[in-house]
Amino acid sequence: MIRRLFIANRGEIALRIIRTARRLGMTAILGASEADRDGLPARAADEVAIVGPAPSAESYLSAGRLVAAAVAARADAVHPGYGFLSEKADFARAVRAAGMIFVGPDAESLDAMGDKLMARHVAVAAGLAVIPGGEAADRQAAGARAAETGYPLLLKAVAGGGGRGMKRVDDPAALDAAVDLAMAEARAAFGDPRLYVERFVARGRHVEVQILGDGTRAIHLGTRDCSIQRRFQKLVEEAPAPGLPVAAHEALCAAAVRLARHIGYGGAGTVEFLVDAESFDFWFLEMNARIQVEHPVTEAVTGVDLIEQQLLIADGQPLGLRQDQVAITGHAIEVRINAEDWARDFRPSPGRVRRAAWPAGPGIRVDSHVAAGSLVTPHYDSLIGKLIVSAADRAGAVARLAAALDVLDVDGVATTVGLHRAIARDPRFMAGGADTRFFEGMAHG
Amino acid sequence: MSGADLPLSPEDVAGIVAILDGSAYDRIEIRTARFTLKVAREAGGWTQEWATAADPAPVAAPEKQGESAESEGESVGEGFAVRAPLPGTFYRAPQPGAPPFVEIGDTVAPDSVVGIVETMKLMNPVYAGAHGTLAAILIDNAAPVEADAILMRVAPAA
Repeated sequence: MIRRLFIANRGEIALRIIRTARRLGMTAILGASEADRDGLPARAADEVAIVGPAPSAESYLSAGRLVAAAVAARADAVHPGYGFLSEKADFARAVRAAGMIFVGPDAESLDAMGDKLMARHVAVAAGLAVIPGGEAADRQAAGARAAETGYPLLLKAVAGGGGRGMKRVDDPAALDAAVDLAMAEARAAFGDPRLYVERFVARGRHVEVQILGDGTRAIHLGTRDCSIQRRFQKLVEEAPAPGLPVAAHEALCAAAVRLARHIGYGGAGTVEFLVDAESFDFWFLEMNARIQVEHPVTEAVTGVDLIEQQLLIADGQPLGLRQDQVAITGHAIEVRINAEDWARDFRPSPGRVRRAAWPAGPGIRVDSHVAAGSLVTPHYDSLIGKLIVSAADRAGAVARLAAALDVLDVDGVATTVGLHRAIARDPRFMAGGADTRFFEGMAHG
Repeated sequence: MSGADLPLSPEDVAGIVAILDGSAYDRIEIRTARFTLKVAREAGGWTQEWATAADPAPVAAPEKQGESAESEGESVGEGFAVRAPLPGTFYRAPQPGAPPFVEIGDTVAPDSVVGIVETMKLMNPVYAGAHGTLAAILIDNAAPVEADAILMRVAPAA
């Protein structure tokens, strides 16, 4: 049994993990940077170990310092939270080499899912569909790939990211010119002209499946929809994914469980899919081998504490839940409140919080480490809290979200609350099932 | 430390609201060794406010002098001051190991990128803000900077 749990993370997820660890009778030890030594999570923890100065590279991203601090604190397990080192196989290995439990899957699963190309191969081997596509080194190869994927298609730089070298092609006649241009851009930006040719899904939704596995068995806890994003950053998440036909919902969940079983997955994980908003065809995108920011919406509709499940699995216990014991009840929505000035191109807004009045009441959960007097530092990401609402159905949850956002008052830093108020009243959001183009379709200003 | 010091769970807060909602009370304040929680009735619903018990009264954020954060540079005695647009970490190069954006003596234009300030994992470009020659670099690479800190000076073109 884990008795002394070291939390190698910060912010709201650290507080979230402390909560469950304490409820289970564990001693919660927070590994905090100098900047976080006096925050709400530090006050809630049983013990605090300073791991390093404020910059992440010398604290939350330093495997050596974290492991040393956990050993010095006589921890018997390390929970990595999300982000930072949570999916780094080397960190998992270092924790285990020091004789402690890593609360997450084995290093082999982290290796398999950490590399996008390898994850794609593993998913194919498990029988999952992936977006048709592949590498192309020249015009001729791109033409051959295009014959497989069909149109419209997307040309991406193999080496790239950030949209450079990326071209949408709707018509075979335009392919050669687009390939030339994309290769030139890819060479200029990354020194590598190779392209990746991929089917373009015009109206795609981002739907993911929460899974739990103990290395032998695996179950799912239903879907989440995270289609409302800005520049691939999720803004709103909900469970279950709205408007999915039952057959599509079941097929997605079955595919996720198949992948988890195929790799003998041990822990909590999320399998992400791109779902065609019209045909409901779906393709594997990636698997996140950790707890997710949006896990509370799944907790709200299943009643399962996912952190508790992580800790039990890490402790070597067989899965205590059977698939038929997991029922999805009602609907839940989470919005991420970030310290960003959304009216000024989401400019970061670090600073001192003067007032933090979060909503409260039935069907409302707030996961936040920020209170009056808290300093939101420029060293870490801008998430200052998550508002999670739940109700018997989606319309009830949307109404509750709008009302809760109206009383939410954080003063001292700019926040994305105003954006979320606009989303909660957007007819496309109220209708449910918006695709990933939702944000660009919002009337700005 | 005793378990009583843990912040109340979301379920606890919902329970407190349910009790208050059926009463004539508009607010309640709960204090433990490490925390205070204030639950209050607002026009459209209920709010929860947390504070750590040992904290002094919330510190007022330092008032910004005008909208100086808007202007990334301004004229001062010995040339044009290039200022940090945001608090964060100042970098002189786009990536570790890459050559710096500018060196002393380089000619710059108002929209020349002369550095970046990393804030909340976002890279924010720093622009020279004036035509001229880079005269001084006042902040080391990878050093923390406050908003409006003077990073460099530009000698204006004649």
